[in-house]
Amino acid sequence: MSFAVPANLEAQLDELVTHYPQKRSASLMFLHALQEHFGYISRDAVEWTARKLGLQPINVFELVTFYPMFRQEPLGKTHIKVCRTLSCALAGSGELRTHFCSKLGLDAQKHAPQTTPDGKFTVEFVECLADCGNAPVVLLNEDLLPKVTPAQADEIVAKGKSK
Amino acid sequence: MSAPATTEAKPAAPTAAPAPPPPSDKIKIKVDGREIEVPKMMPDWQGKPQPTTMLQACQLAAHEVPHYCYHPKLPIAGNCRMCLVEFGTPQMGPDRKPVLNEDGTPKIAKSVLPYEPTTPRGAIACATPISPGMEIYPNSPATKQMREAVLESLLINHPLDCPICDQAGECKLQEYSVQHGQAESRFVEAKVHKPKAVDLGPRIVLDDERCVLCTRCIRFTKDIAGDDALGIVNRGSYNTIAAWAEGKFDNNYTLNTVDICPVGALTSKDFRFQMRVWFMKETKSLCTSCGTGCNIVVGSREEKVYRYEPRQNDAVNSTWMCDSGRLNYKWIGRADRLQKCGMRIAERGMLEVAWPTALKGISAKLASAPSSSVAIVASARQTTEELWLLSKLAKKFNALTDSVARNGEGDKLLVNADKNPNSNGARLTGISGPQLGANLAKIAEGIRSGSIRTLIVFGEDVTKHGIGADLLAKLDTLIVSDILPNATTAAAHFVLPGCAHVEKRGTFVNVKGRVQKFMKAVEAPGDARPEWEFLHELVHNVTGQNGFSTIEGLFNQMAHEVPGFAGLEWAKLGDTGVTVQI
Repeated sequence: MSFAVPANLEAQLDELVTHYPQKRSASLMFLHALQEHFGYISRDAVEWTARKLGLQPINVFELVTFYPMFRQEPLGKTHIKVCRTLSCALAGSGELRTHFCSKLGLDAQKHAPQTTPDGKFTVEFVECLADCGNAPVVLLNEDLLPKVTPAQADEIVAKGKSK
Repeated sequence: MSAPATTEAKPAAPTAAPAPPPPSDKIKIKVDGREIEVPKMMPDWQGKPQPTTMLQACQLAAHEVPHYCYHPKLPIAGNCRMCLVEFGTPQMGPDRKPVLNEDGTPKIAKSVLPYEPTTPRGAIACATPISPGMEIYPNSPATKQMREAVLESLLINHPLDCPICDQAGECKLQEYSVQHGQAESRFVEAKVHKPKAVDLGPRIVLDDERCVLCTRCIRFTKDIAGDDALGIVNRGSYNTIAAWAEGKFDNNYTLNTVDICPVGALTSKDFRFQMRVWFMKETKSLCTSCGTGCNIVVGSREEKVYRYEPRQNDAVNSTWMCDSGRLNYKWIGRADRLQKCGMRIAERGMLEVAWPTALKGISAKLASAPSSSVAIVASARQTTEELWLLSKLAKKFNALTDSVARNGEGDKLLVNADKNPNSNGARLTGISGPQLGANLAKIAEGIRSGSIRTLIVFGEDVTKHGIGADLLAKLDTLIVSDILPNATTAAAHFVLPGCAHVEKRGTFVNVKGRVQKFMKAVEAPGDARPEWEFLHELVHNVTGQNGFSTIEGLFNQMAHEVPGFAGLEWAKLGDTGVTVQI
């Protein structure tokens, strides 16, 4: 699959560059736009951005790997974000994530977000989701789920599999 | 014999370096309780005057502040925190006048945390400018505690694989851990594992677990080499140095990142696992791969060279050298080196002979050679002293002389287009004219016409430079000294095995006229001798002039006789050389 940025998106981004004193400052906006369009940021997208902004690809790649919201691979249809911050951690979010991972055949020891080979699920450990009173919290795609139990987790998995 | 070197350790005034900062005011500060006056401004990594930092001030006060990310020739990053020191500044009253102690001395307010006045707040010495009256405490308990804490943090994910690490013995993490660290680790959690043995480029291997993320390599390749190839990816404990395309970190200066890496993260493919650094002898020398004459340290053990490393000389190479020059040492140990003197006897062919026999034979041949029947081709890879001795022979016979020009590509940083290390030495001693090689055609013509009957060749294969084997065959006498066998040595009547520069002492004059000396690192193989030694003997036999049998004396005599070197002395060259007018 060859990498091609649609002409109107490219025109939009070219215009965007003019808003900044330096081309380089537009890097994050470029990455957001490319992720919005492609769903993730491929190596081609990194090289394209670097070329457009007169940077070396490593400069752009540093940004992509620094910010968790940038994806280097396509996301699963069901995106499970488990909160890892203090109150959720105390309320067992670690076990909850391990539960998701074992149900889905993922490696709970791995640090980075993981997607199942069938592309249906992505499980990710994230920082505070700002609902500490209802720990442990899960953000399921766009929905915030309070006090998630293992039984609820199984339900989420079952639902996601049937999608 | 290199004894004088110790007294010459002071670098000579760099002439090509950026102009020294204008005479600025001095600031009085106290370092570890001792008052010291330091300049208000000092040169930064580019040589531009900048406010003096606490680290520079401590260095002037002979207090070493430990550091990883700071490097005098790189922009300041301030990320390793190793140089944290406790400090204080004069306390000011509401009237903006210094508060005084009872004895009239200014009261010092130690820097503390804003809401926790019992906790000292250190500052990174590498990036904090000094101010008048400041007191720096490089040995205080608080400073020691800060260093301990930083080291503990750096060691959290470090693999502690020193027994198999190439950096062991020259590792700042090892050294500072011993000097400033704790004996035992309190860390009980699992270490983060990072990429191992990453193939960064054709000459570099990266171990991310050993890395302390000082970013020296990133800054070097971006700001010095001009190849923005490296960066830090991921975040937090997972931070790793990386290149966009692995295996492609391939500019001509990559190996400098191995030198400046304070730990064993970046290692040289050429040197790794070859030799423990503490076994090696270090010898001050020069790189011979081009006319720049980068100052180097030769690492050798048991007469074998293991590596070249750059040596600081701000008038020549700062603290860097190119990869191609650094790796150009393997030929020194080649098995086919010339090791015996050879003498061709008409009916018996080439015979191996001892030095006295060879020199006697040559002296006898030269004694009967009429004026103008001799020509000399001497390589601009020979030392200045050797070229000068050859010029004495030339004068005796009114001989045509020349060197061979060797041109290649240069770059903006260090590599020069002149690939001879001593072209200017050849010019100054009169072996060649301003244009090297201009006489070669005349010498060839002289041989063809029969007016030149004797040819002396030092360090060149003349068959590649217009004096073919057919011409060499016409000569009565062909005297050749070289290091490796070639078509010219094969045609010679006398072969004299010479030395690589790491096997002898001498001087080279670089493209900017810097006269620099180099020391002997290893013994020459077999019967090979430094050319200046036997040339000195030969000059004595042929001209009757006696000179000095030491390199010091020889150099001083040459400086006395050659106008271009007027006023120079071997001892005054120091480790970094002296610039002469070209």
